[in-house]
Amino acid sequence: MKGFQWGSIASPHFVLLGSFLVLLGLFSSLFLSPVFVVFSSLFTGDGDNWQHLFDTVLVDYIQSSLTLALGVGAGAFALGTSLAWLVARYEFSGKRYFQWLVFLPMAMPAYIIAYTYTGMLDYAGPVQSAIRDIFGWGYRDYSFPDIRSMGGAILVMSLVLYPYVYMLARTAFLSQPKQMLEVSTSLGASGWRYFYRVAFPLARPAIVTGVALVMMETLADFGTVQYFGINTFTTGIFRTWYGLGDENTAAQLSSLLCTVVLVCLVLEQYSRRKQSYYHRQSAIKGATAVKLTGGKNALAVLLCSLPLLLGFLLPVMQLTVWSVHHFSLWSWGDFSALLLSSFGLASGAACFVVAFAIGVMYLSRLKPNWVLRLLTQCLNLGYAIPGVVVAVGILTPLGWLDFAANAMAKYSTGQPVGLIFSGSLFALFIAYAVRFNPIALHNVSHGLSRVTPSMDEAAATLGYRYPSILTKVHLPLIRTSVLTAALLVFVDVLKELPATLVLRPFNFNTLAVKAYELASDERLQEAALPALLIVLTGLVPVIILTRAMLKDTRHA
Amino acid sequence: MKKTLLSLACIAATSVSAMSFAADEVNVYSARKEALIKPLLDKFTEQTGIKVNLVTGKADALNTRMVKEGEYSPADDLITTDAGRLVRAKTADISQPINDTVDLSGVNSAYIDDTRHWVGLTLRARPIMYAPDRVSPEQLSTMEALTDEQWKGRICIRSSSNIYNQSMVAAMIEQVGEDRTEAWANGLVANFARPPKGGDRDQIKAVVAGQCDIAIANTYYLAGMREAQDEQTRDVANQVKVFWPNQDERGAHVNISGVAIAKHAPNVSAAQQLVSYMLGTDAQQWYAQTNGEYPVINGVEWSDTLKAMGQFKAENVPLTVVGEKNADALKLMDRAGWK
Repeated sequence: MKGFQWGSIASPHFVLLGSFLVLLGLFSSLFLSPVFVVFSSLFTGDGDNWQHLFDTVLVDYIQSSLTLALGVGAGAFALGTSLAWLVARYEFSGKRYFQWLVFLPMAMPAYIIAYTYTGMLDYAGPVQSAIRDIFGWGYRDYSFPDIRSMGGAILVMSLVLYPYVYMLARTAFLSQPKQMLEVSTSLGASGWRYFYRVAFPLARPAIVTGVALVMMETLADFGTVQYFGINTFTTGIFRTWYGLGDENTAAQLSSLLCTVVLVCLVLEQYSRRKQSYYHRQSAIKGATAVKLTGGKNALAVLLCSLPLLLGFLLPVMQLTVWSVHHFSLWSWGDFSALLLSSFGLASGAACFVVAFAIGVMYLSRLKPNWVLRLLTQCLNLGYAIPGVVVAVGILTPLGWLDFAANAMAKYSTGQPVGLIFSGSLFALFIAYAVRFNPIALHNVSHGLSRVTPSMDEAAATLGYRYPSILTKVHLPLIRTSVLTAALLVFVDVLKELPATLVLRPFNFNTLAVKAYELASDERLQEAALPALLIVLTGLVPVIILTRAMLKDTRHA
Repeated sequence: MKKTLLSLACIAATSVSAMSFAADEVNVYSARKEALIKPLLDKFTEQTGIKVNLVTGKADALNTRMVKEGEYSPADDLITTDAGRLVRAKTADISQPINDTVDLSGVNSAYIDDTRHWVGLTLRARPIMYAPDRVSPEQLSTMEALTDEQWKGRICIRSSSNIYNQSMVAAMIEQVGEDRTEAWANGLVANFARPPKGGDRDQIKAVVAGQCDIAIANTYYLAGMREAQDEQTRDVANQVKVFWPNQDERGAHVNISGVAIAKHAPNVSAAQQLVSYMLGTDAQQWYAQTNGEYPVINGVEWSDTLKAMGQFKAENVPLTVVGEKNADALKLMDRAGWK
């Protein structure tokens, strides 16, 4: 894309833009500090523990992390893309409902589905108890596959992460104009050939983005893999940090993880350096869906209901049963406080993160240069850094800020002000921004790619100036993407655990913290009610999101 | 919609930031879960009028947070699990000696830091648990004997990433030496029924399910399962028995949960009062009765569940040393292939 000449139009707003730049610089440096802390570790410390890791466990960490990331990436890709294609191209029974129902697993945190399936498929759980009752077997008369294995981890994580791919792929397929199908068909590329020669390559950037998000989320996951006894890079980082008491080597491991992710992201961008995707989505009507009948119809319904059932309905039913059993342990007062704090935190963080992402993406649109490109790439890394590493990386610069603030306060009033940065919700907001910026950035940039530079030029020739071009032209066009970004961040913050646990202020609990405390104390069933509430609260934005998206594509 | 979200966020933000630091308050960083400590803290507030502000979290992360917060840290008391963490807090210079106004005379000296930087609050023991239909107690004797050929493919224990195992191995290194401990770890790993996964409760369940015949787990978890609301869980827990190893010699492995006073504690006196309260009969009784842990002072009655597991001789290792040998223990387990 060619740099847009903003100077000529926006010069009266130079001061505004300038102050925004300063603010952006300030936040970016805060956001990047964990990345910086992580990478600076490469140049310090001795290699004793490295040698030990290298000799003993490192190969195992790398193998498991790779297997898991590739496995979940493939699983989410297969599920997400095929569902999206089905929904975009075909008409079948219940499609009206399925096209948003299959989003629901997104509200389910991976660690909670992991706990739930473990409890459900446990020896003492309902499934095996039923098998024993039906066949009259004892505890040791049969063998049962263990969900807590690599295969199990790939399965449960794919089940809750595929909606990221589905969402992006669906939009991409639906925005492909009808004429494309007609032209392809006339050239002999119909059906399956049309999918893999035309539709899929065109949707690739969106799908790759989705798969990349899924894989980064997988690499940063701690709760699920730890519970399943899989030794990945992330568990290795914790083990080195806490077990060996070696913060430095742990940070070095994190930097290795970040580097891998960075290389993948750069490669992906490099591979499509010559392609430019600008869609004029609303201008052309999408192709009409093909009606499926008979066996094919049944197959489509089955394909849609399986992930919905396994990734959402079944675990929710199990959680409900457990919640009812242990309902007497809770009071309504506990829950209204937890709900309010979780909901407030997630919505506040969503607004904060999305506002920042819009700022960054606009700047790189108006004045694309290598500094901003590098900045965006580095901001993207946050998603792959485990939450606790982010939290600790945040504490260092915030500690300096607090120190400076206290020194100043003591100088002027004689009284320290305490930890106003690192000891308040501010720290949490920054941590969420670091972790979840990539989601917001991806979505906003995807939305902006639909706004062609010629639209700005057209608006400019009509006499519009910059702020009003934003509100009158861009905002209506990118509304869905911004909403998507905000809601995804909301859901992610709601589910986030490690950073929340480390950084939250006194007497402040969230649903995720509550669920974790009970589950990590191996009281799975007592954790069911807060877990269920996370899922249900997460449903609210998922439903808003899907309704908005459906409306958007119906108008298309 | 957006406005509602925003105003909710504001309400949540202000309700949190509205905390003050008055004189009759104490700020607690706790690695013990809220449910395992809040009832006691509430009683403390009731008795003394001192308000308790609580933040819970993972033990090591709380230590790190205190280090990073430095001299402006609001923390007064650090309540944490495992001596290893308390030793790390002392090494990281975030604790201070507990002064003489707190009476520690009732507590075994093994559970007190030599310069009074921390003190144990409860004891947790890590014995052998077995399936009585497949293992007879006569076959069992010591932890060392678990490396015997007859236990091949019959032992379940959780990951070496867990600090219970790290401390158990560290204590063994201190008592029998590194070489013998490493040989033992190699032998134990060779007898594992499956790669380590899950927590202590999962090992107990695996014994009942027949995946293994022996588990090594903390009594606290078995007690929790035997007192569970859910009948299935109680049923599972009652199918295993506890065996106390090494009773003729060094005793069974025990560890503590404990407390330290923060170096920069703004409310030192209140922090000390809380430590005294936690060591008092009331608090100790609560832990023994409702939490399945052993009291650190004598003369406190155990719950029936604890009594049923039997009396035992405990290891007498200075827990400071156990904490210091933590990294050695972890490396040893890495070498032994203990995942």
